[in-house]
Amino acid sequence: MSPRILRSTIRRIIGQLRHDPRTIAMIVVVPVVLITLLYFMFDGQERVFDRIALTMLGVFPFIIMFLITSIAMLRERTSGTLERLFTTPVGKLDLLFGYGVAFGAVAAVQATVASAVAHWVFDMRTAGSIWLVVVIAVANAVLGVALGLLCSAFARTEFQAVQFMPVVAVPQLLLCGLFVARDQMAGWLQAVSDVLPLSYSVEALTEVGTHPDPTGTMWRDLLIVLGAVILALALGAATLRRRTA
Amino acid sequence: METAIEVRDLVVKRGKRIVLDGFDCAIHRGSITGLLGPSGSGKTTLMRAIVGVQRVASGTVTVLGEPAGSAPLRHKVGYLTQSPSVYNDLTGRENARYFASLYGLGKAAADEALEAVGLLDAADQLVLNMSGGQQSRASLACAIVSRPEILVLDEPTVGQDPVLRDELWERFRGFAADGATVLVSSHVMDEANRCDRLLLIREGALIADDTPVAVKGSAGTDDLDQAFLNLIRAHEEKVAA
Repeated sequence: MSPRILRSTIRRIIGQLRHDPRTIAMIVVVPVVLITLLYFMFDGQERVFDRIALTMLGVFPFIIMFLITSIAMLRERTSGTLERLFTTPVGKLDLLFGYGVAFGAVAAVQATVASAVAHWVFDMRTAGSIWLVVVIAVANAVLGVALGLLCSAFARTEFQAVQFMPVVAVPQLLLCGLFVARDQMAGWLQAVSDVLPLSYSVEALTEVGTHPDPTGTMWRDLLIVLGAVILALALGAATLRRRTA
Repeated sequence: METAIEVRDLVVKRGKRIVLDGFDCAIHRGSITGLLGPSGSGKTTLMRAIVGVQRVASGTVTVLGEPAGSAPLRHKVGYLTQSPSVYNDLTGRENARYFASLYGLGKAAADEALEAVGLLDAADQLVLNMSGGQQSRASLACAIVSRPEILVLDEPTVGQDPVLRDELWERFRGFAADGATVLVSSHVMDEANRCDRLLLIREGALIADDTPVAVKGSAGTDDLDQAFLNLIRAHEEKVAA
């Protein structure tokens, strides 16, 4: 890995996004629209809105970044640029971290805007700081990036890539504790939920929602999410092959 | 003459099909070698093996004394894929600058490469909005931006204007004169005449490996197209016998 190559790769990926203003607009606007929708859905039930909006602030960046990354990486493969990059001094980690950092930065903007709107416009209340919500949301987005990079290795076409979304994201969303509290699930479902990283980020967000100060559980959960990011990136590097058939 | 690329007993399989079956060849440093053969003959596979992105079943490919694809070679090899492999959502200049930066080179190197392929005027267009010929030239600019010692070009002149094609060949000649080893695949015979040496492959086997003059001489004709036809027939008779 080389800092210079990593830097120019990040700049290149951001540059590609910059030429696609519609995508940037959607990244920033879509979560805000969805939060707005939630606000009107739970009109008059502020506490329910607080809980669901808080969870969604973590879930949206995860899903959106997962999709964007898996498509972006698939495009590297199908356009031949990946093959060409592997004949240059670019390292696998330059590429993976390049995507991680570039899309992580975009996710930070997305999470900040969505959290700010939820907090200041719709008066979403959290016992803890809204900035902790942003930090956890960004960690979630980076998790989406890392899983997206990994999953793109198993997709040959865009059709396959988009279908990893329901495979990877939806079970995590269903089992994260939003629909059914995790301790009320059947034992085997709880066990599944225990190995899904999104369960921990939702728990961390709930901790911020209910405690004025950051708790030990919240820090532990955040570390677990970051551990999952590193694991997914390592697996991503292992599935990325310089030589292909 | 010094050997820059040496392929020994190379076997490549794609699925169940054997694309190259015990392929041998040597390519000289500082020369332009033309790789000719019909579509599906194994040209691209051989080029991918030389730049180190092709999974091979057995055999060796040695480039400048190193195994193909090894880390030190990645600073010395430039590869142009058959279909343009540049970022569609970047401009030509941004693409060239990105690839230049991978070798620690700056804007000057990128602009020089764009000028060499005649793309300076259209350099600030998104690749997406370029014509097919411009897209291939943007891709070519990224392959030559580091002035590599080994330049592997898979059909670099397809769809280009004749004047430009002539200029591109002058460039390749210039690179070779500066000591670079250029391997160019093509199926345009008038281009074959501009190479120092020709490799003709068909169905994964090397049918001819000689200078254009010698290829024509051994086939007993002055026309390269006819020469290749004669050589292929002679080869088939030899195989059948």
